[in-house]
Amino acid sequence: MTVLDVRGLRVWYGSSRGPVRAVDGVDLAIGAGEVVGLVGESGSGKSTLGKGLLGLLPDGAQMDGDVTLRGEPVDARELRRRRGSEVGLVFQEPMTRLDPLMRISEHFTELLKVHDPGVSKAQREKRALAALRDVGIPPSRYQQYPHEFSGGMRQRIMVALTLVLRPALVIADEPTTALDVLVEGQILAMLSELRVTYQMALLLITHDLGVVAETCDRVAVMYAGRIVEQGDVRTVFRDPSHPYTRELLRSTISLATSELHSIGGAPPDLVDPPSGCRFHPRCPDVMPICSSQDPLTSRLADGRRVECWLRGSRVDAR
Amino acid sequence: MGAVRSGSLARYIGTRLLLAIPMVWILLTMVFVLMRVAPGDPVSAALGARLSADQLAERRAAAGFDAPILQQYWDFLGHIVRLDFGRTLTDNRPVTDIIVENGGATLTLTLAAVILAVLFGLPMGLHAGRRRDKPDDIVIRLFGILTFAAPVFFVGLLFQLFFGKALGWLPTSGQASPVVQATVETKTHILLLDTIIAGDGEATGDVLKHLVLPAVTLGLLTLGVLVRMTRVNVIQTLGSDYVESARARGIPDRTVVVRHALRNALVPVITVMGLQAALLLGGAVLTEQTFNWPGIGNQLVDYLNNRDYTAVQGIITFFALVVVLISLLIDIINALVDPRIRY
Repeated sequence: MTVLDVRGLRVWYGSSRGPVRAVDGVDLAIGAGEVVGLVGESGSGKSTLGKGLLGLLPDGAQMDGDVTLRGEPVDARELRRRRGSEVGLVFQEPMTRLDPLMRISEHFTELLKVHDPGVSKAQREKRALAALRDVGIPPSRYQQYPHEFSGGMRQRIMVALTLVLRPALVIADEPTTALDVLVEGQILAMLSELRVTYQMALLLITHDLGVVAETCDRVAVMYAGRIVEQGDVRTVFRDPSHPYTRELLRSTISLATSELHSIGGAPPDLVDPPSGCRFHPRCPDVMPICSSQDPLTSRLADGRRVECWLRGSRVDAR
Repeated sequence: MGAVRSGSLARYIGTRLLLAIPMVWILLTMVFVLMRVAPGDPVSAALGARLSADQLAERRAAAGFDAPILQQYWDFLGHIVRLDFGRTLTDNRPVTDIIVENGGATLTLTLAAVILAVLFGLPMGLHAGRRRDKPDDIVIRLFGILTFAAPVFFVGLLFQLFFGKALGWLPTSGQASPVVQATVETKTHILLLDTIIAGDGEATGDVLKHLVLPAVTLGLLTLGVLVRMTRVNVIQTLGSDYVESARARGIPDRTVVVRHALRNALVPVITVMGLQAALLLGGAVLTEQTFNWPGIGNQLVDYLNNRDYTAVQGIITFFALVVVLISLLIDIINALVDPRIRY
């Protein structure tokens, strides 16, 4: 079942130089129990996309496009109304995400009182403790304050606070970036385990391709506000179809790396993006048509969707 | 960072109390030195015109001014430890009596001022912080600067002229009408409480009416700082990660603003309000003088004008102790609010 279906989503901020088109026409769908990785460089619009889906954009940001949540079309106001209960968000920086003056128990009480007002105190505590147990926090620490926990434990608590309401969709925005590798592994393993138990759809926003390879079913590669390639993780990583995906994969570091590879140039200016394909100024395979016309979205035989003139012609041939 | 247990509040308060002892000692020493640095002999300065040379020498010996300076210092400390603030030179009255008799009026005035400042300052600061850079925020900010910068006696005089003389709404002098002063039985030395105990509603109303202008005058002094501190801290907490997370969990805006943003913003505000205590006492002296309010500050100015050194030394020592006590209280309140402080 499709939990989230996004079509033609656009988000732009006002700036002194004109609108910044942070997300510019994104199509994305996630099913129940599915983990989709959203990858891209800093400033590619992936976090803006995540916040837009919760109606958490700052003042002065505009959102446009069709969002369907569990089959129902929803606008920005409706998304705000459903945050917490149907869409949950796990943030990047766990150290500062809990209110320092409130006990962990008070965080849960407040949350459950808002979303399930009729539930008894004992029932609330039972649910909170169950959610904490699922993320590996013992009940003995229920009455403690945030400063008594390490970064990894705080992120577990944030996950528990998100999951206790059983949202259909969880967006995790770089949930492990601020944590060390060992804790990162634990949190990621826990997230993939939990999406099976809770049957939730998980959108994992990250710039770490290794994390995507380990935890995701599908991957969507974002560049300058557009998704340039999306498909099954193994297929995309084994044989990247878009030159940007290929360059991105070449830039990763492993034990076999003898020389660092980087993509020349800088991410484009989102106030005045390049004409045609946004990647053409940095693309090693650039063709004359790339700078003059927007690439078409082509669906490859393996189910992948790619936005590139190189593939556009090939799909016609098949 | 390990898992630190909370609940060490008692130990925290104990440490604070111990730390207050050297603080008080330094304070007392400063008061003592300042009083001795002033040129001339205190006894002849206060009484020189009225007494003969023999009588002056006698009074000097009685006040201990003929002893070596270290002996005087030691005696001074010893007396303070026993809560003896000395006797006045001019009318040979224990300073403790002044504190007991006039303290109630000062307490009433400063408490009323603080209550007014908090009642109006917090909502104003919160509103300005939420509506940052909008017209109402700018107006509130200007108001904050103005009230902080305006001298207390000047504001007091304006109030007296406008609400007292021109409009005739409120009394401008004293703590109550002479009739009330004379008829209400003194029990607590706090006139407002005494009228309530006596069950005399009319007298209570009279005292409250007299309280309005001085309390507003003194309240405005702290209001400005309170508004600006609240505003800037609310702006900071509203932009904090935990506020954004609370919003992402679907917590309603009202709850987010009050429970998360305002409560966290208050931690530094409480600290600053503690530091304001000294300013408030200084302001109380000026306000009492302007409104002829029968408080300790009023007495202090009278004794100052009569060059009564021991009275001034006693009253200042008392004020200093009050400031130490308030800062101790603020430390404890902060520890109760913020679990990170009580390590």
